[in-house]
Amino acid sequence: MSEKTVEIDVENERGETQEQDETRDGAGGNETTREEVAVETRNLNVWYGEDRAIRDINMKVPEKKVTALIGPSGCGKSTFLRCINRMNDQIDGARVEGEVLFHGKNVYDDDVDPVALRRRIGMVFQKPNPFPKSIRDNVAYGLKIQGKTDSLDERVETALRQAALWDEVSDQLDGSGLDLSGGQQQRLCIARAIAPDPEVILMDEPASALDPVATSKIEDLIDDLSRDYTVVIVTHNMQQAARISDKTAVFLTGGELVEFGDTEKIFENPESQKVEDYITGKFG
Amino acid sequence: MSTGKKDETEAALTGEVARGDRRKQYVVTRVLQGCAAVTIATTLAIFAVLIDNAFSFFYGQRLHEAILGATLESRVGVVEFLTGTRWAPYHAFPDYGVLPLLNGTLLITVGAAFISIPIGTATAIYLSEYASERVRGVLKPTLEVLAGIPTIVYGFFAISFITPVFIRPVFETLGFSVSFYNAFAGMVVVGIMTIPMVSSISEDAMSAVPDDLRNAAYGLGATKQEVSTQVVLPASISGILASYILAVSRAIGETMAVTLAAGHRSQMTLNPFVEIQTMTAYMVQMARGEAAMGTVEYQSLFAVGLLLFVITLSMNLLNDWVKRRYREVYR
Amino acid sequence: MSSETDDLFGGGDLSKERLKGRAFLAFCFAASVFGVFALALLLLDVFSQAATGVFVRDIDVVRFLTNSASRFPDQAGFYAAIVGSAWLMVLTVILSFFIGVGTAVYLEEFAPDNRWKRLVEANLANLAGVPSVVYGLLVLAAVVNLGNPLTGGRVGPILLAGAIALALLIMPIIIVSAQEALRAVPEGVRRGSYATGATNWQTVRNVVLPAAIPGILTGTILALARAIGETAPLIMVGALLTARRAPDGPFDSFGAMPTMIYYWADRPEIDFQYLAAIGIVVLLLILLAMNATAVYLRNKYETEYQ
Repeated sequence: MSEKTVEIDVENERGETQEQDETRDGAGGNETTREEVAVETRNLNVWYGEDRAIRDINMKVPEKKVTALIGPSGCGKSTFLRCINRMNDQIDGARVEGEVLFHGKNVYDDDVDPVALRRRIGMVFQKPNPFPKSIRDNVAYGLKIQGKTDSLDERVETALRQAALWDEVSDQLDGSGLDLSGGQQQRLCIARAIAPDPEVILMDEPASALDPVATSKIEDLIDDLSRDYTVVIVTHNMQQAARISDKTAVFLTGGELVEFGDTEKIFENPESQKVEDYITGKFG
Repeated sequence: MSTGKKDETEAALTGEVARGDRRKQYVVTRVLQGCAAVTIATTLAIFAVLIDNAFSFFYGQRLHEAILGATLESRVGVVEFLTGTRWAPYHAFPDYGVLPLLNGTLLITVGAAFISIPIGTATAIYLSEYASERVRGVLKPTLEVLAGIPTIVYGFFAISFITPVFIRPVFETLGFSVSFYNAFAGMVVVGIMTIPMVSSISEDAMSAVPDDLRNAAYGLGATKQEVSTQVVLPASISGILASYILAVSRAIGETMAVTLAAGHRSQMTLNPFVEIQTMTAYMVQMARGEAAMGTVEYQSLFAVGLLLFVITLSMNLLNDWVKRRYREVYR
Repeated sequence: MSSETDDLFGGGDLSKERLKGRAFLAFCFAASVFGVFALALLLLDVFSQAATGVFVRDIDVVRFLTNSASRFPDQAGFYAAIVGSAWLMVLTVILSFFIGVGTAVYLEEFAPDNRWKRLVEANLANLAGVPSVVYGLLVLAAVVNLGNPLTGGRVGPILLAGAIALALLIMPIIIVSAQEALRAVPEGVRRGSYATGATNWQTVRNVVLPAAIPGILTGTILALARAIGETAPLIMVGALLTARRAPDGPFDSFGAMPTMIYYWADRPEIDFQYLAAIGIVVLLLILLAMNATAVYLRNKYETEYQ
C-alpha cells in the first residue's frame, strides 16, 4: 500500500501527499489510515467549444471511500464526474485536456478503450433511467454485455440486495423496471451499475429527483457501498455531502476546485473564505 | 503490488476486455453504412439509367455504348423534342415534340392547384386557429384517410362519378361539350388528393407560430380573422409555400388518376373539357403497349421519364431552398 | 356615452368586422368539411357500385375471390391478383425493411454529424419526392431488361422486379419513420447503457432497438399500405394487367390488385366497372386492416417514459 503512495508521490510534483497521509477515516466504516488512490486528475481542463467548463483540476480520489463533489450549479462538478469514465465522449464539442489517472493509467491515452474503462467505472445518473425491460433484465444488462453470464440469477440477486431493493422486488423480477416508483427505479439503476462489479461508481446527483424518504434510503445505500466500491458523488445538497462522504471537493463558479479534503474539515474548518461563505449559505 | 495494480488496470483498459465487442461494432458500422449507401446509389442509379437510355432516344446509342465507341446516329433532335408541338409516336410519320404532354401535365397541375391550395390553406387555418379539440380529432384522421387512398381509386372515382355525375350534367347544361375522358376530372381528383398535403404541412407551420405573436395582435384589438391572415399566415409562410410546392410536385408526378380520368390524346389545349395526355399517362400507355426494346417508342419512355424526373427534382430543390430561405426560428 | 358602449358591444364599424370574421370562419370551415365530403362521396360511389355489382348484376363474391382474370365479366375474379399482391408485399418488406431500418439506425445512432450524413438525409428527402412511375422506369431498365445469363434473353417482367420497384419507393418512408421511432427513445436510456460499458452497437441492439421496434413496425406497416395500392410502378415493370393465374414465385410473371383494378376500370363495359368497384372494396378493406394493425401496435407497445 505504501509503495503505491510513494509511487504516486514520485509522479506527482506537487507533493501534496503529506496532507493525505494524515487523513483519518471519518464517517465510513473502514479503518484504514493510509489511502490507496483510485482516481487522480492532473491539470484537468474541459472545454465546450470556447467555454472552459472546468479548469486545472488536481485531485486524488481515495479508494473505497465516498468522495462528494459539491458546489453551485454550473460549477463544473458534473462535467468533472463525466470525465472520469469518459462519458463526455458522448457530447459533441467537448474537449478534454490534462490527465485522469485510473490506478496510474491515463484514461485519455489513445490506447484506452472507453468501453473497457466504463466496465471498471460505472455510473448512476440524476434522473433514474431504467431500460424498458424487466427488472431482472435491467440488472443483468451489464453482465450480459460484458459476457459475465455464469450464475446470472445469483449475481442479479446479490446486486439487488446490495442496492437494498431485493425485498421490495424479489417477487416481481419479470415486471417492467418502468413500473417501479422513482426511488425504486434509482436503486434499480444502482443495482444495474454494481452488478458487473466495477471498482468505481460515479453518481450524478442520484437523489435530486427523489422525495426525502427515497433520498434517505439512497444515502444509507451509498454508505454501505463504500465498503466495496469507490464512490464519487455529485450533489448540490450540502447536508447530504456532510452525511455520507469521507472526502469533499468544493467547486465554485468558473469550474475551479477551491478546496478538497476531509469532509469534517471542509464543513467545520474550511481554509478558504469562499468555501466558508458557500457552506454557510452566504452565496450559491 | 501496486505496480501490479497499474499494469493490470492498463491491460484492462487497453486490452482484451472489449476487443471482441469492438470488432463487432466495427463490422456493424460498416454494414449500416452500406445500407445508407443504398439510398445514395438509388439516386445515382435513377440519374444514370434515365440519362443512359434517354441518350439513345436522341442519338441511337445508349450513353455508355457511345462512350465505349459506338457510332452515333441522329434520331430525334433535342430541340425538336423540347419545342415540338406534336406528339405522335404511333403515327406513320411520327413526331416527338413533348410540349403537348407537358401541356397536359401543366393543365392538370394548375387546375389541381386551384383546388388544393385554397382549400388546403383554409383547412389548415381552421385546424390551427379555430377548431376545437373534438373537431380536430375528427378532421385530421379524415384527411389522413384521404391521403392514404390509392391513386387508382381516385381514378375510378373520376370516371365513375366526377365525370358522369358531376362534370357532364353541369357543364353540358351550360353549353360546353365534354368528352368522357377530360382534363377537368383529372384536375378535380388530383386537387382532392393533394389537399391533405397542403393542409397538414401548412397546419404544422401555423401551429409552430408562438402564441405570443397572436396575443400581441389581439392586444392591439385585432380580430381573430385578422390575426389568422395578417399574423399567423405571414409568420408561417415558408412552411405554407413548401406545402404548395410539394403538392404541385406530387400533381406533376401523379400517374394513375390522370391516366384513367384524362385519357390518352396528346394535344396542345387549354380546354379542360377535352381528352388530353400527360407525361405520366403517356408512360403508362407506352409500358402497356409492350414496345420492343431498342425502338424509338421504347426509348421515348426514358426521354419523357428523364424530363419528368428533372422537373420534380427541381421542385424538390426549390422546396428545400424555400424552407431554408424563409425559415422563421422561434424559441 | 351611449356610442362608447355601443362600440363595446359591437356597434358601428365593429359589426362589419364581425361579419367579415364570420364569413372568413365560414369559408375555412366549409373548406375543412370539403375534404370530409369528398371522402364520403368517394366511398359512397365505390360501395354503391360494388353493391350494384353484387346485388343487381349478381356478381358472386365467392367466385370473385376464387376466380382469376377472364374476358367474360361474369367469370372474372380477383384471386390471382390478391396472391400477386401478397407475394409483392412479402418480398417488398424483406427488401426494404432491413436496409431501411439499417439506414435509420446508422443515421441516428452511428453517423457523426458531418457532410456525408447531411448528404444522405437531403437525398432521402429528394427520393421521397420522386414520382412512383420513375421507380418503375428505373427497374424496367436496370432489372427487367437486363440480360439474363441463364436464358440468354432478358430477366423479364418478374414479380421480384415489381417488388424491387415498390421497395425502393417505400424505403424513404420506412427510414424516416424509423428515425422518428429511434429519436423517441430517451437519451438517458442510452447513457445508462454506455455507463455499464456497452459499445454503441450493444446499446443499439439491446436497448434502443427493442424500445423503438413498435414504432418502427408501425411505420413499416403504413409504408406497406402505401405500396399495396401503387399501380404505376408495376405497370412500368410490365406487370400483367390480366392476371389469369397466381404467380408461382418471385421469378414468375405476375399481376396485382391495383393493376387488375386499373384494367377493369379502363374497360368500357359497365360490368367491368362493377368488378373494379368490388376489387377496390377488397383493397380498401385490406388497407383498413393494415392501418388498424398499425394503430393497435402503436397503442399496445407504446413505452411510457416519465
